[in-house]
Amino acid sequence: MVVLAAPVVFLSVFFLVPAGTLVLTGLRPAGAWDTGAVLDVLTADATRRVAWFTVWQAAVSTAVTVVVALPAAWLLGRIRIPGRSVFAAVLIVPFVLPTVVVGTAFLALLGDGGPVQQVAALAGVELDLRQTVTAVVAAHVFFNYAVVARTVGAAWQAVDPASEDAARTLGASRLRTFWTVTLPQLRPSLAGAASVVFLFTFTSFGVVKILGGPRIATIEVEIHRLTTELLDLQAASVLSLLQLAAVVSALALYRRAGVRRGTSRARPGRSTLHRPVGAERALVAVTVLSALLLLVVPIGTLVWRSFATADGLGLGFYRALSTVRRGSVAFVPPIEAVTNSMVFGVAAATTALLVGGAAAVGLHRLGGRARGLADSSLMLPLGTSAVTIGFGFLIALDSPPLDLRTSPVLIPAAQAVIAIPFVVRTLLPALDALPERLRDAAATLGASPRRVWLEVDAKLLRRPALVAFGFAYAISLGEFGATVFIARADAPTVPVAIFRALSQPGALSVGQAMALSTILLVLTTAVMLVVDRVGDQRVGGF
Amino acid sequence: MQLGLQGIGKSFGAEPVLTDVDLDVADGRTVALLGPSGSGKSTLLRIVAGLVAPDRGTVCLADRDVTTVPAHRRGVGVVFQDQALFPHLDVTGNVAFGLRMAGVDRAERARRVEQALELVGLPGYGRRDPSTLSGGEAQRVAIARALAPRPGVVLLDEPLAALDQLLRERLLLELRTLFDDLDVTVVAVTHDPTEAGALGDRIAVLLDGRIAQEDDAGTVLARPVSASVAGLVGQRNVATGLLRAGRVECPWGSLPVRAPGVPDGRVAVLVTPAAVRVDPDGPLEGVVTGRIFRGGSAFAVVAGDGWPPLDMAAPSHWRVGDAVRLRIDATQVHLMASGS
Repeated sequence: MVVLAAPVVFLSVFFLVPAGTLVLTGLRPAGAWDTGAVLDVLTADATRRVAWFTVWQAAVSTAVTVVVALPAAWLLGRIRIPGRSVFAAVLIVPFVLPTVVVGTAFLALLGDGGPVQQVAALAGVELDLRQTVTAVVAAHVFFNYAVVARTVGAAWQAVDPASEDAARTLGASRLRTFWTVTLPQLRPSLAGAASVVFLFTFTSFGVVKILGGPRIATIEVEIHRLTTELLDLQAASVLSLLQLAAVVSALALYRRAGVRRGTSRARPGRSTLHRPVGAERALVAVTVLSALLLLVVPIGTLVWRSFATADGLGLGFYRALSTVRRGSVAFVPPIEAVTNSMVFGVAAATTALLVGGAAAVGLHRLGGRARGLADSSLMLPLGTSAVTIGFGFLIALDSPPLDLRTSPVLIPAAQAVIAIPFVVRTLLPALDALPERLRDAAATLGASPRRVWLEVDAKLLRRPALVAFGFAYAISLGEFGATVFIARADAPTVPVAIFRALSQPGALSVGQAMALSTILLVLTTAVMLVVDRVGDQRVGGF
Repeated sequence: MQLGLQGIGKSFGAEPVLTDVDLDVADGRTVALLGPSGSGKSTLLRIVAGLVAPDRGTVCLADRDVTTVPAHRRGVGVVFQDQALFPHLDVTGNVAFGLRMAGVDRAERARRVEQALELVGLPGYGRRDPSTLSGGEAQRVAIARALAPRPGVVLLDEPLAALDQLLRERLLLELRTLFDDLDVTVVAVTHDPTEAGALGDRIAVLLDGRIAQEDDAGTVLARPVSASVAGLVGQRNVATGLLRAGRVECPWGSLPVRAPGVPDGRVAVLVTPAAVRVDPDGPLEGVVTGRIFRGGSAFAVVAGDGWPPLDMAAPSHWRVGDAVRLRIDATQVHLMASGS
C-alpha cells in the first residue's frame, strides 16, 4: 500500500515521536523507569483535585447541554416552521467557533461592563461570574448545543411517526408514547451526542483557560500550567498519559455504544415533519427564542464590545491592533497574527488534505481487519488532546535530528495532525459511497483505469475534498491548545494573540482581544459558510 | 458481432461459480441467460464485459480472443442492473460518456446523443439530472448510454428487475424491437422466464455454474431437459416416474407415452397445464384448491388423494372447493432425465 506510506511517515514524525517522547518523559524522568515518581504525581492531592474537577464539570456540562438542547432536537426532527433550515444553520455556528472566541465572548458577556453585570446591578445585585464554574459550564453549553440538537434531531426525524401512531392507536397517551416508543429509538443518538459532548468538555482547554482563571483547572489546563509556569515536565507528562488513557477509553465506549442501533427508519421520501398545532406552538416559540438568546447574546455582546471604546462606539480597538504598545509582551503588532493564521491555515489544510486524502484512499482499498486497525490508529490523534500534541512537539522536536523549534513548519504540522482525522472522516465515507458499478460502467464505456479515476472518482470527490479542506482550514484558524505551546513570540496566531492580550491588564488589551475574536469569528464563519454551500454532506463526523 | 465462450471456469476462493461454460451467440442474435440467483449468471456477464477475468477458458468476439483485453478496450456495452448512471453528469453527459472516451468530436457527439435518446423514446431529456428520472426513464438512459458508442455486443444485467410489472412488459417489447432494428448481438441476464422468453431468440439456462440447457426460447420453456430447468421456467406439474415398454407409471396414473430415445427406467414426468383436461369420467378425482387469472384466462390448482396437485387451464366458473374429475392427455406429457 504505497499510498499509506505518506500518512504513516507524517504521523510517525509529527505524532508518534512527540507522543512517544512524552510517554518516556513521564515514565523515565531521569533516563530510568521510575514508577514511584509516576505514582507520586498520580496520587498527589493536586492531581486528584484536577482529575475530579475535570470529570464532574464535564458531566454537568453534558447533562445541562442535553436537557437544554432536547427541545431544539424535537423541533428539528418533527416540526415544520418557516425558516427551519436557517434555524438549523444558525445553531451550528457556535460549534465551529474557536474555543478562544467562545471564551472571550462569555468574558464580554459576564465581565466588567458586560450585560449580565449591568442587568444584575439594575436588580441591586453584585454578580461577577468570571472565574466560576458556572461561566465554564455556560460556555460549554453554548459551544455544544448544536451537537445534541442536530445529532438527536436527525435521529428524531428518522424515527417513523407510524410507530408513534401505532402506539397511540394501541392506547398509549402522548407522554407514554414518548417514553415507551420515541425515547428508546432516540437513545443511541442521545448516547452518541452525550459522549461527544463529554469528550469535548473533558478535554476543554481554551474555554477553561480564559474563563476559569487561576483557580479552576481541567487536566488540559493543568498540563499547560505545569509546563509553562512550573516547568515540571515530568508531572505534565504523567497528566498527559492520564488524559490519553481517559480519552481512549471514552472513545472505545463510544464506539461500542455506536454499534447497537435500532430505529424504525422512516420511509425515505416521506416527510416526518408537521406544522405545530395547539400547545406545540408555545413550545416552538419558547425553543426558538431561548435558542436564539443562548446563541446570539454572547456573540452579539462580543461584537458590540469590540466596538465599544471609552469614547463611544468606534474602531479604536481595531486600530490599536496595528501598533506595538510599550510595555506590551507582544513583539509584533497583533494584526500580524491574522496574516499568520491565514498563511498557517493554508499550509495546515493543504497538508491535512494531502496526508488525510492519501490515508482515506489507503483505508478505502484496505479490507477487513487491517482496515479497522489502520482506521483506529489514524483516529488516535483525535483521541489525543491538542495540549498533549503541542506539549509533545515542544519536548520532542527540539533537538537533532529533528530540531524544528524555530522552523515555520511546526505550527502547520501540529494543526494538520489535529485536522487529519476530520479529513479522513469526511473523505472516507465519500470514497466508500462511490458505487463500484460507476467505475465498471465507465470501464465498459471505454475509460482506462486512469481515466476512470479522473472522470468518476475525482469528479465525485471534488466536493468532499473542498469540504475537508475548508474544515481543516477552520480547525487551523481556531486551534489553540497545541499552537500555544509552539507559537513563537514574534509569530503568534490569532487565538494565541487573543490569549496574550487577555493576560495583560487594561481595558485596551481586553478590547483588542474582543476585536481579534470578532475578526476570527468572521473568518471562521465565512469559511464554514463556504463549506456549507459547497457540500450539503455532514462533515467531520466520528 | 459474434460472441463465443469456450470452457469458461471461475471460482471465488474454494467456491466454484462457473464450470466449463460454452456458449455461442451468432451475430445479431439475442440470447437470454436464465438462472436463479447465485447461479453465476452475473459473473458470466462480467467475464464477457472484461470486468472479471475467468480462471479458465476463452472469450472470443468476432473470432478474436479477447480474454485478456481489459474492459475499456473490449467495446462491449453493458446495461447495469441499477443503471449506474453517473450522478455528476446530466443525461447528455451520461450518454456521451462512451463517445467522449472514444474521442468522438463534439458535434458528432451531440448528434449521436440526440439519436440515442430518440431511439429509447426520451428526446429532449438531455439536460435532466439523473436523480430526477423515474425508474423507467433511468433504465432507458442507461440503455441509450450503452448503445451510443455502437458496441458490437450489448449485455443487460437484469435490465427490468427494478421496474413495476406493467412498465416491465412495455419495455420488454420495446427492447426486443430495438435490438432487432439495430441488428446488435445481445446477452440478457434474467431470473424471470417470461422476460427470457420475450427478450431472447434463444435461452441458455445456467444452473449451479453450468449451462443446463441451451435452445430456442420456445423449446426451453415448453420442453425443459430436467426437473430443475422445468422448475426454473415455471412448470410445476413435475413428478418422478418409471418408464417401461411405452408406458410411464407416475402418481397421476399409468400413461402411454411416445418417447423415442428415452431409455426405460426412472424419468421425470412433466405434464403441461394444457395436457390436463376436464372429464366427468376421468380417473383423477380432486378438489379445486386455488384459482388465479393471468390476463383473461383462468388457471386452477387441483389437489387429490395420492397425487401431486396439478396446475391447469380451468373453466372460469370453477370455484375453490368444487369437486372435479380430470384426465391427462398423454400426447402432451414430456419425459425428462431424472436426477438433476
